[in-house]
Amino acid sequence: MSREIIRMSGIVKNYFIGTPNELHILKGISLKVREGEFLSIVGASGSGKSTLMNMIGVLDRPTSGEYLLDGVPVSFMSDNEMSDVRNRKIGFVFQTFNLIPRSNALKNVELPMLYAGVDSRERTRRAAELLKAVGMGDRMRHRPNELSGGQKQRVAIARALANDPPILLADEPTGSLDSATGRMVMDLFHQVHRREGKTIVLITHNPALAAETDRIVTLRDGVIVSDPAGPGKGAA
Amino acid sequence: MFLRENILLAIDGLKSNKMRSFLTMLGIIIGIGAVIAIVSIGDAVTTSLNDTLSRLGTSNIYVFVSQKEENGIGSSSGKIDDSDLISEEQIESFASKYSGEIGAVSYLETGESGEARKNHRSAKITVKGTNAGYGSVNNVKITRGRFLKERDIRNRRKVAVVSDRLVSNLFRTGENPIGQEVSVDTDKGSEDYTIVGVYQFESVSIQGIESDKGKDTRTSLYLPVGLVKETAENQNYSQFVLSTKGVQDAQAFADKVESYFRKLYASNGNYTCRARSMESAISEWTRQLGVVSTAIAAIAAIALLVGGIGVMNIMLVSVTERTREIGTRKALGARNSYIRMQFIVEAVIICLIGGVLGIIAGLLMAWGGVTIMEHQMSVSIPLVISAPVVLGSVGFSMLIGIFFGYYPARKASRLNPIDALRYE
Repeated sequence: MSREIIRMSGIVKNYFIGTPNELHILKGISLKVREGEFLSIVGASGSGKSTLMNMIGVLDRPTSGEYLLDGVPVSFMSDNEMSDVRNRKIGFVFQTFNLIPRSNALKNVELPMLYAGVDSRERTRRAAELLKAVGMGDRMRHRPNELSGGQKQRVAIARALANDPPILLADEPTGSLDSATGRMVMDLFHQVHRREGKTIVLITHNPALAAETDRIVTLRDGVIVSDPAGPGKGAA
Repeated sequence: MFLRENILLAIDGLKSNKMRSFLTMLGIIIGIGAVIAIVSIGDAVTTSLNDTLSRLGTSNIYVFVSQKEENGIGSSSGKIDDSDLISEEQIESFASKYSGEIGAVSYLETGESGEARKNHRSAKITVKGTNAGYGSVNNVKITRGRFLKERDIRNRRKVAVVSDRLVSNLFRTGENPIGQEVSVDTDKGSEDYTIVGVYQFESVSIQGIESDKGKDTRTSLYLPVGLVKETAENQNYSQFVLSTKGVQDAQAFADKVESYFRKLYASNGNYTCRARSMESAISEWTRQLGVVSTAIAAIAAIALLVGGIGVMNIMLVSVTERTREIGTRKALGARNSYIRMQFIVEAVIICLIGGVLGIIAGLLMAWGGVTIMEHQMSVSIPLVISAPVVLGSVGFSMLIGIFFGYYPARKASRLNPIDALRYE
């Protein structure tokens, strides 16, 4: 049995705490993800899935609850510690690609390695290797504005893999792409999942995409309403 | 922290928006340029003045008539006349009393400007009546013949000491000017004088202006003072200079001289006499020039402040424009300090490039200013590119970058990554 890479228990996230407008976005989320799983988190807008993604991606701290990422408690880390955890453990893929506009593909892929302190030559070598692996070997010196949407997302996936993180966190990765390009990007995720055994968490509202994954976690009004491996069903 | 990457990134950023980068830098360019120009010109003038004055002998003492301070400046409306001035007899009796300390005394009556003629050629001159002591007190370098002697002065002999510049303009090469007559034409008429000596003309600075060589520069033509006094308004002197011998503390002796002459002026309602050593005058003038150029430089520095605020403004715009980029960088693992450093480096690069361009502009302005002054005053003012000033300016522009870049950079570094990623 592979080990648990994500273990969340009783995660609560409230906003505007102590004011009359206090919002309860996540109302006690418990989620376990095993290494190598490809799961999707689905839910309507306002269900809290973006907030949950921010929690999983260590971009935000929960109001209460415990989150062990790769065995390390991350709920109450400092900003710097959170940055370091994101850098090494999480590969982000965004709906809007979020490539650095003035940097070429190669520099974009090098960025997480730069923050990890990898030396310049090794950065360039690995970035080039990753870009070739996603089929962007012939466009390494292109800037984002010279790339199509699908090409941008491939660069972004290469960037997400730069520090060889155990988890890829993809937020609507095909949301800005036409269906053919979206298909190509999904195939790339499947390929990364198969070949590299990465844990992939896909946030989407598209049931067809979710259906391609091993496990669908459904969120509604800040609680998990369906999870094949949930606390009630899986081994707690 | 990733200094090389940050510098390359900043330069990429500047290149991608050249007009904006240049306009942002312009404030720094103007500020640094103005400060550099003023400091350089101030230095050049001070150096030139110091050289000139030092050559006249730092142990010399200037004695001059001045208005009594209790009357306030400009309160005496009456014209100064001989009764307010120092007479030759007063000077001579003072000189004989202090003959142990005084090397020579020198007094001067500046006459008309005009032309000296000989061999159907002419040279511009200014007539100066002097006594015999003038030559030694003012270090006049005689190349041929001799300076005016006591005998010439007493007998008002029609003899002249002229500059080598005049000789080369009036006489053929190899011709001996000593003993020859020149005719001197001024507004007061034409007179003939016998040349008894030739002195080495030096333009007001140590290095003469090379391009002036061979030109008809106006030089002094020295005559016995009595000849010039014949047509002068006042027979007495408003100032004289003395050289000292064996005096350790020139200013202390100057004070003694001053109190001697003050006694002579005790009954004069408007005027008194003051004495200063050359040394203290030089340091006083240097100090005052320094104060003036510092004050002007401080005003110029306001331009620099405005430039710095411009940099801060554009950095704040840049932070807003790049909010998503900042969010992305944070998501990819950039610590707050990395983001802060990135923006500070960018501000420093803007200011540094602006500073270097400003130094170049400032030195060009200083060069232009000094060249104009040289032409107008026909003196040589050596413009020195001072390494401390240049390096100081480079360092200071970097400090401006850090100072005015810090707040925008801190703002960038404190952005919440979630909000920043969502920013449209």
